[in-house]
Amino acid sequence: MPVSLTPQGLPAWQQRTTRAQWLQYAAWLLGISLFLLCWKVISDNTMWVFVEDAGRQGSDLLSRMLPPRWDYASVLWKPMWDTLNIATLGTAIGIMMAFPVAFLAARNTTPHPLVRSVALMVIVSSRSINSLIWAMLLVTILGPGVLAGIIAIALRSIGFVGKLLYEAIEEIHPTPVEAISATGATRLQVMNYGVLPQIMPAFAGISVYRWDINIRESTVLGLVGAGGIGLQLNASINNLAWNQVSVIFIMIFATVLVSEWISARVRHAII
Amino acid sequence: MLTLSGVTKRYPTGDRALTDIQLTLPKGQVMALIGPSGAGKSTLIRCVNRLVEPTQGSIRLEETEITRLSGNALRQARRSMGMIFQEYALVDRLSVMENVLSGRLGYVGFWRSFLRRYPQDAVAEAFRLLERVGLPHAIDKRADALSGGQRQRVGIARALLQSPKLLLVDEPTASLDPKTSRQIMRLIRELCAERELAAIINIHDVALAQQFADRIVGLRAGEIVFDGLPNELTSDMLTTIYGEEEWDTTPEPMDDEPAAEPPRARVFEGLAAGGAQ
Repeated sequence: MPVSLTPQGLPAWQQRTTRAQWLQYAAWLLGISLFLLCWKVISDNTMWVFVEDAGRQGSDLLSRMLPPRWDYASVLWKPMWDTLNIATLGTAIGIMMAFPVAFLAARNTTPHPLVRSVALMVIVSSRSINSLIWAMLLVTILGPGVLAGIIAIALRSIGFVGKLLYEAIEEIHPTPVEAISATGATRLQVMNYGVLPQIMPAFAGISVYRWDINIRESTVLGLVGAGGIGLQLNASINNLAWNQVSVIFIMIFATVLVSEWISARVRHAII
Repeated sequence: MLTLSGVTKRYPTGDRALTDIQLTLPKGQVMALIGPSGAGKSTLIRCVNRLVEPTQGSIRLEETEITRLSGNALRQARRSMGMIFQEYALVDRLSVMENVLSGRLGYVGFWRSFLRRYPQDAVAEAFRLLERVGLPHAIDKRADALSGGQRQRVGIARALLQSPKLLLVDEPTASLDPKTSRQIMRLIRELCAERELAAIINIHDVALAQQFADRIVGLRAGEIVFDGLPNELTSDMLTTIYGEEEWDTTPEPMDDEPAAEPPRARVFEGLAAGGAQ
């Protein structure tokens, strides 16, 4: 009860009771102690000999990377194009699958609570596995190549798009939905007229955002053999051809920059 | 035409919103439903089109027992009951025309409505209605580009495109200024006369209710405590409905001050109604 009386008899107010205040101090003390303990454990497990010459190693690596071997870029156009395709097709397929899942998972549009738990299960399992791990599994099943990459990206995107979309569906204004139901519309018509227009901006934003993330993720899928520029990256690192690695880095950086710019423009145009 | 008998609604929380409501509405009658916030006015009209499920009792619209319907039959019954809302309940990102045509959803199949290919007679009727409510110029505007009064006109056109026999009107003027409120009430009144529609209008503004309704029903704590003509509504009666207050200072109908904002308690009513679906 933060309201009490001062000695003068005036009502006084504090944000917390004395007990809550002490509990908060104790929580801070505990948190800071835990942090220092972890610090000590990490420090004990670090081989400081390696860290001490980090500066020298870093500058050594940098000197091998520079100057970049620019003519290597000519080999990279095709894998870069593959990377973009993996990201774009993967996003498209992921969105197509996420869309119905989101409607089944949202509390206000699901046909049955049981269906809802299944849909949530799909979302959680898709989200809990990183696309690199999806790719690894799929390369084992489908063999190396672009297809494994596309499906890996799609499977990872279902969870992301599905989760954000079902949250958007749960946040819609209920009265337009009520009004459309009152006209005698069917369930599907209520979705089409009452729900869909309300989630369209969120849907467009989420999709473009995921595409943007997928461009970045698909650049590393090649590390496990799922196609794209990651294959070249892996090969160059294994050959210690650091001046090629730097060309790949610059290329990835430029692509991500462009995709970021495009997604910002698209989001701006839609919302 | 509409008969409610023994209608009772108890929300899952245990709140009794309506108790044993008996009400008969003849064809073409405009009835105002007044009462304090939380008296069950919104619940009552939502029970009629089953946006809220009544716990007990029977509701008959002409020969149809509405409380027993489900699925397709319920949707067909809903077509003949147009609903108009306090916050207009338009779909903001759709155009005015799409909003009006959505009143026809009960009559067209999914793909027609999805592709926005409505039958020509529905489209012609929509044009006529937009003309009638005074918005022929706004057809291609988005609903959120309109003012409050204009939106309510779109809401009215949508309800009328259903070719209803009955209008359920939930606080049509609560978000509008006094002048627009009168225009909207007059429009609803005229349209009911033109089409011989019966209407139940929930309204907070007693003066407006007296001016525009044929009959006034007062609801208090889920029970009907007054049912009579507008001029029978005396200060004593208002005290029975709303509780003790200095009623004589209530402004006269035609030259009054802006109506007070509706108390925020209505939001909870709306939530309860939404949750009960």
